[in-house]
Formats: sequence, C-alpha cells, structure tokens
Amino acid sequence: MTIGGPVTNALLYLNNVSVAFDGFRALNGLSLSIDHAEMRAIIGPNGAGKTTMMDVITGKTRPDAGEALFEATHDLTRLDEAAIAQLGVGRKFQTPTVFDMHTVEDNILLALKTDRRPFPVLFSRRTRQEKERIDALLERVRLTGSRDRLASELSHGQKQWLEIGMLLAQEPKLLLVDEPAAGMTDQETADTADLLREIAKTRSVVVVEHDMVFVRDLGVKVTCLHEGSVLAEGSLDAVSSNERVIEVYLGR
Amino acid sequence: MSRYRFLDGAGLLFLAVVLSMAVLIPASNLLLPPDSALHVPDYLVPLLGKYLAFAMLALALDLVWGYCGILSLGHGAFFALGGYAMGMYLMRQIGSRGVYGNPILPDFMVFLNWQELPWFWLGFDHFWFATMMAVAVPGLLAFCFGWLAFRSRVTGVYLSIITQAMTFALMLAFFRNDMGFGGNNGLTDFKEILSFSVQAQSTRAALFAATALALAGSYLLCRWVVTSKLGKVVVAIRDAESRTRFLGYRVENYKLTVFTLSAMLAGVAGALYVPQVGIINPSEFTPANSIEAVIWVAVGGRGTLVGAALGAFAVNAGKTWFTGVLPSLWLFALGGLFVATTLLIPKGIVGAASDLLGIRRKSDLPAGPSALASGAPAEPTPAE
Repeated sequence: MTIGGPVTNALLYLNNVSVAFDGFRALNGLSLSIDHAEMRAIIGPNGAGKTTMMDVITGKTRPDAGEALFEATHDLTRLDEAAIAQLGVGRKFQTPTVFDMHTVEDNILLALKTDRRPFPVLFSRRTRQEKERIDALLERVRLTGSRDRLASELSHGQKQWLEIGMLLAQEPKLLLVDEPAAGMTDQETADTADLLREIAKTRSVVVVEHDMVFVRDLGVKVTCLHEGSVLAEGSLDAVSSNERVIEVYLGR
Repeated sequence: MSRYRFLDGAGLLFLAVVLSMAVLIPASNLLLPPDSALHVPDYLVPLLGKYLAFAMLALALDLVWGYCGILSLGHGAFFALGGYAMGMYLMRQIGSRGVYGNPILPDFMVFLNWQELPWFWLGFDHFWFATMMAVAVPGLLAFCFGWLAFRSRVTGVYLSIITQAMTFALMLAFFRNDMGFGGNNGLTDFKEILSFSVQAQSTRAALFAATALALAGSYLLCRWVVTSKLGKVVVAIRDAESRTRFLGYRVENYKLTVFTLSAMLAGVAGALYVPQVGIINPSEFTPANSIEAVIWVAVGGRGTLVGAALGAFAVNAGKTWFTGVLPSLWLFALGGLFVATTLLIPKGIVGAASDLLGIRRKSDLPAGPSALASGAPAEPTPAE
C-alpha cells in the first residue's frame, strides 16, 4: 500500500510477485490485474505457476516479494485463508472437493455467507432466507433433485457443479476456478462454460484451464503463464499465434 | 437442520438403558435381599460405575476423533486431571482421621515434613471448588495445548504423537513427590464425600446413579453439538480441511472449541471415577490408558457416540472377565481385538450393526473413512 490513495482500481492486483520453494522459482515477478466483473482465462504448461498464483491470492502461500491487493485496500499477503475467503474470494479446487459425508443441501448450507465464528455457528438455526438461498442455488447448479443425497454419491460432473454452487453461496466478488472442465463430458463442458459466463456478468472469475476448446468457448481475455511470469496476454487468437507461446507449448 | 435429528432410535434406546440403569441397579442393590435372583451384588455397583465413567471418557474421545478427525492419544490425561481434582477434595475430607492425625495436611505431606498446605491445594476442601476444577483444569490444559498445536496446523499422526507426549510428561511430573500430589502412591484412603462415607453401600449406589445421569447428560450434550451447524462444520473439517478453510472457516478455532469441550467432559468422567475406585495415582496418566480408550471407541464405532460408550462398556467388561481368567493374555487379546476391528469391522460394532440392519439413515451417521489415523484426510494436491 502506498500513501495517497489506491494504486489501482482493479479488483485484484498482483505486482511483481515472486515465490520460491527450495530454490525453485514457482512465481517470478508475476504481475496481473483483474477488473470488476471480468472473466480471465489463465493458461500455461505444467509448472508455469498457475496453482501457486492461486495459493498466493487465497493466502495459502506467502510470497517472498511483491504486492497482492484486493479491492485496492486489502493486502492479501498479510491475511490468512479464512480472512481472504470472508473478503469475497472463492476458490474451486482442481479435483472437485466437496463434503462427501454431508448431503448436497448441507454442502451449500455450510458455504452460505454467514457468521463464521464457532459459537454463533453452534447456536445458529437455518432461517427461511437461508432456505430460499439454498433452493435458488441448487436450482442454478441443477442439483435440486439431489438435495438429500450424500455428496459422495454424485457423479464427477455433479460434484464440480456442487462446488461451484458452494462458491456462489459464499457470494464472492472473485472466483478462482481451477480446471473446471477436467473430467467432464462435452455437454457438461459446454454447460459449465455457460454457467461461468453467466456468473461473470456480476462477479470476476479467473479460470485456470488446459482445455483450449473450453477456453475458446469462454471467449475471454487470456493470460499465458510460463516459468512463473506472464508470457503473453490478449485474445485467445492473439496469444495462440504468439511465437513464444507456440515455442513453450510445442517445445523448441 | 432437517437432515440431522437430535435423537435417533439408537440414541433414545441408549438413553433409556442408561437411565433405567441409574434407577434399577441402585434400587436392586439396596432394596432387594442378597439372596434374591435380581439382587445386584455389592462389588458390582462400583465396578459398573467405573465402566460408565469410562463410557463418558469414550464419548469425549469420539467427539474429537470420530467427528473432528483429531486422534488424541492423550485423553487419559484430562480424565486423570479431573480425577486428581476430586481426589484432592476427598483427601481434604479425611481431616484428622489420617494416620498422622494432622487436621490440615494430608498424610503424604506430613511424611514429607511439609509445614503448610501448598497454595494449589487451597479451596479443595470445598466440593463445589473441586468440581469446578475437575472441569476447568483439563479444559484449560486442552485450550493451551490446542491453541499452540492447531494454530501451528499440527495434524494427523504428529498431533497424535504430541498428545501422547503430553500425557507421558504429566505422568512423569505427577510421579515426583515434590509436585505435591502424593507422588507414586497418589491420593487414596478416602473417608467421606459430602459427609457420606465412601465405603457405605448407599454412597456407592448414589455415586453409580450420579455417573449414569452424567453419562446421559454428556450424551445429550455431545448429540446437541454434533447435530448443530457447528457439528456439520466439524465433520467438514474432518473430511476436507482445506475446503472448509477456503470457505472462510477458521479451522483452528473449531478444533480448539471441540477439543476443549471434550477435555472438560473427560475431566468430569475422571472426577466420577475416583470416588468409586477409591484411588488416583500417576499410573492413570500412562499412555497405554489413552490408547485403550481409543480402542474402546474403535471397537464400538467411532463417529456414532452410542458406539463409543458401548465399546467402553464392552471392552472393560471383557477386560474384567479376561484378567480374572487369563490375566497374562489380556494385552494380547486387546491388541488382537484392535487388529480384528480394524480389519473386519472398520466402522465398529454400531456402524456394522446399522449397516447390517439397513436402518442407517445415510446422513445420521457421518461415518468417516475407515483408516484409523485419518487426522490427515485426502487433501487436494496442487498440480505444480
């Protein structure tokens, strides 16, 4: 933070972020800026730093250097995962991670934006507004018919959607979505792209994805990472015709 | 909270059994003539009372292990601390009837040539104070221990090892005479509790009834916790800790809450145990005791509460019988039981029985993964 007003109007602002693990530079002067209600696709080969970037944004990993600001005022490098989540950053993991031993409905209930402290939670009772919120979210991720089933009984694609539903229940301002199309059928992939596009009308979404068909489907600005920093940025066509990107993806 | 009923069939049955024991066993022991077929013999009353205290300890352990995935191998320490608090009260009640006839100092202090009561013994001549301490001391220890451990994100087998180290350290400390808790011999030779002779059969019957009521109360409390929204968060932590964290829950605070509550329950169990067995000494802190408690819960069925209590009762009844018949083989039998449970009925007796009967309402029993040390559940692994 600098004195004399925010340095940026972006929702998420990463400036020159570096992270090293045992000498391996996972992020190397990464700078990235995401606007309000923007959807961005992040691509890059394995080891490019995509997951580490998400770890930095969500407070799981502390950067060695650089700035990470949310809404220009919150320094993400000083907050823990819970605080960042409460600020309005939702994260979907690469492998769908839901609460297997809870019903679909309870999965959403636990994600709803409410007081997160143990004692208020202990004494809380589900209100009618919460019930309505849950109904609406289940409808949106097409799981109304499965609300009483255990999450462990869902198919892979349904779990992905349940997790997206849980993210929405948090009412985040920014959603970080790691490979949402992995392991999905073509139809599910297309539906997921629709869902994400709709979400991005009101919220910012960052999608990390390997599936180029899916990225094309999203039709948004693309950032290509390589060796921990930004290699190219722009439309998918512009990025994929970039010589250095081709070199990185196809080998030299 | 539509999916979780506060009391299910098994819970109601459990409460009915425990509450009828609270009435029928003392009544049979005190009112029926000794030659009656339904008479509960004198020796059996404190023995069953001991089992019930162990069942309470098992409930406490199930709350942290079965529901929150924290495998504590040191819960015996909280039980023993509660026991010591009660033991200190009982020592003070001896008064001048001790061997040395000192009205203030317990015998072991006179023997050690101590001139006055250490400050930490003050207040223990009051029953209410001792009862409060039986809850507060284990709770405070669990809070401090948990605050450090959970904040540093110590989980899984590492956490289990340091809980074990905690009880071992306390055992060594309590063995020392200058700790002021009677050293090796501990506290014993009790005379009265609340002015009733601890040897009197009526007092023993009353202690039995009190333990049964406390067990029923603890069950209701645990059930209330696990069926609340906090209970759901706790199970969520057990099954996907980082998912819970990224939803905005401070996992360490939840673990700390449940761990501290559990330690307090264990303390109450210890306080009820001591007047019935008539002695508390540092061997109650032995790591093996805590491990045995884990076996009770595993055998009965973790994450079921009823199963934990049942397991404590069954294994201890087995122990009493076995150590009478083949004392040298008991430890082998216990180990064999643990291995057999893990391999054959990973969900324990209650889990297996309800699967068998097909009455398991899926969401009523959030049965965990079968691996015993599931303190570290499958976490999403970063790809890079």
